[in-house]
Amino acid sequence: MNKSLKVNAANNESMPDNKKENRPETYQTEKLEFSDNAFKKGFQSVVFTIFRCSAALNGFALAIVVYFMAANGLKAITWTFLTQSPTDSMTKGGILPCIVGTVCLSLGAILIAFPIGVASAIYLNEYARPGRMLRMIRLGINNLAGVPSVVFGLFGLAFFVVWMNMGVSILAGALTLAAMSLPVIIGSTEEALRAVPDTYREASLGLGATKWQTIFRVVLPAAMPGVLTGGILGISRAAGETAPIMFTAAVFYTPYLPSSPFDEIMALPYHIYVLATAGTEIEATRHLQYGTAIVLIALVLGMNLAAIIYRAKLRKKMS
Amino acid sequence: MKTNSKNTDRVIQSIFFMIALASIMILFMISVFLFMEGIPILNHVSIFDFIFGEYWYPTSDPPDFGIYPLIIGSIATTFVSALISIPLGVMTAVYLAEIASAKFREIVKPMVELLAALPSVVIGFFGMVVMAPFLQDHFDIATGLNLFNASLMLGFMSIPTICSISEDAIYSVPNNLKEASLALGATHLETITRVILPASISGISTAVILGMSRAIGETMVVLMVAGGAAMAPASIFDPVRPLPASIAAEMAEAPFRGEHYAALFATGIVLFLFTFTFNIVADYISNKYRQVGDSTL
Repeated sequence: MNKSLKVNAANNESMPDNKKENRPETYQTEKLEFSDNAFKKGFQSVVFTIFRCSAALNGFALAIVVYFMAANGLKAITWTFLTQSPTDSMTKGGILPCIVGTVCLSLGAILIAFPIGVASAIYLNEYARPGRMLRMIRLGINNLAGVPSVVFGLFGLAFFVVWMNMGVSILAGALTLAAMSLPVIIGSTEEALRAVPDTYREASLGLGATKWQTIFRVVLPAAMPGVLTGGILGISRAAGETAPIMFTAAVFYTPYLPSSPFDEIMALPYHIYVLATAGTEIEATRHLQYGTAIVLIALVLGMNLAAIIYRAKLRKKMS
Repeated sequence: MKTNSKNTDRVIQSIFFMIALASIMILFMISVFLFMEGIPILNHVSIFDFIFGEYWYPTSDPPDFGIYPLIIGSIATTFVSALISIPLGVMTAVYLAEIASAKFREIVKPMVELLAALPSVVIGFFGMVVMAPFLQDHFDIATGLNLFNASLMLGFMSIPTICSISEDAIYSVPNNLKEASLALGATHLETITRVILPASISGISTAVILGMSRAIGETMVVLMVAGGAAMAPASIFDPVRPLPASIAAEMAEAPFRGEHYAALFATGIVLFLFTFTFNIVADYISNKYRQVGDSTL
């Protein structure tokens, strides 16, 4: 008795004539050949190619933007461009005040937002129990993340600049940016805390440590690299935003570098916008615009790239 | 000693709780101050005339404060950008989660993240100096700064949001669903369209809503690229003036605490309510239809 398994009854005639060997323990299998299989395969590969193209398109879009900025902007980058103030009503000279301003604003924002964000994430991930309160807080954070940047600008103007009487200043801008980057920091800190295995916590608690000691001495140090990555992402987000600082911190032009938190300043993103739309000679300052843009891109993408690479390394280590 | 450390722990916990409330507090303060500065406009126009008034001439005498053309501008740009970002974002997510080789994935995923990190002013600048002249030359239109250009830029800005949230949703579909489908003889494509996508539809809808919320609130791109005409667009190549663009462009000139100032804050309220609604809906969907095991199919 031949034990070979006949899979395809329709193709019986075409079955190879190797039954004579009669090896009872081996199963002979045959590929299913439905008439529309070839079509399905072809269709699938066409669709998958479309998917692949759409994925590649993202990288392509990024490359095009960076390429155009770099191709036109790199020649504007000189030592004077990076270390001088704008001159001749912003048609010549450099962008030093803008660089300093952006650094001040984003560092200020992160100094305020980082402790608050990390503490919020610790509460959410380590202390909070599921329930109505937790739902409310999460909803609040999600909504805060969705508030349009220009609305943050309005809020900063009404609250920090006018109501708290800070005036158009670094402090007001940094506070506004801090409110905006808070969700970014909370999100990535939570991810870092979640990645710490529960055995760490159990071991610490089992040794008699209190909850706080466990968090401060065990969980946080283990999560620190991930938390710092979140901080970097927060800085880069704050550095690139324009609308929140338009009414709260940035001005068209100021010849001085800031000397106190209550000074108004220039900032890279706002400088690009001003030169490109409201400058006295828009066409003549094109190279300055490209130059400023490439500096901003280098700053923001550089920080992001560093964070991404670092995080990828961490994930590999953890898994 | 023991009670002491317990007490300390309780104090610490409540401090953390207070800090965690900061986000809600900020959100609350945002709405309070928007309403405080924006409500006075109702002394000058009725709420109906403000929202459905067809003329936005805030600086003429007497001024007209009707934000209907601005709302239409915002909705139009968001809608057209969604036509670009939803298919591209979801397809990229499917590709990354289901089809891509590990190598390709490792290249494309950071690319998408970097696309999200590009400052909006740079994208706006790109739209102005590269895309606008290109459109003007190749489509024979009056100005390259228009609805289509702005939507294109916005579309590419919201792809990363849509893609990363959808990818999470697709990735978290239980493997046994996929295996069952493949074992029944379905092709990979059939498995994706009939099993994986239906199973992750709530996550994908959340992603789409959040992506559109990002597009409607985005400021610099529409400020620089949309053209700035406060009229309801008749064609896709007409210039428009979405809500955020109007706020950002006019706030500097509006007299402090004047009618115009209040009108811009009121515009901010409308914009805030738009994104707030989007976010609440997204949250509702992701909680209500949250995937719990295989039983949700």
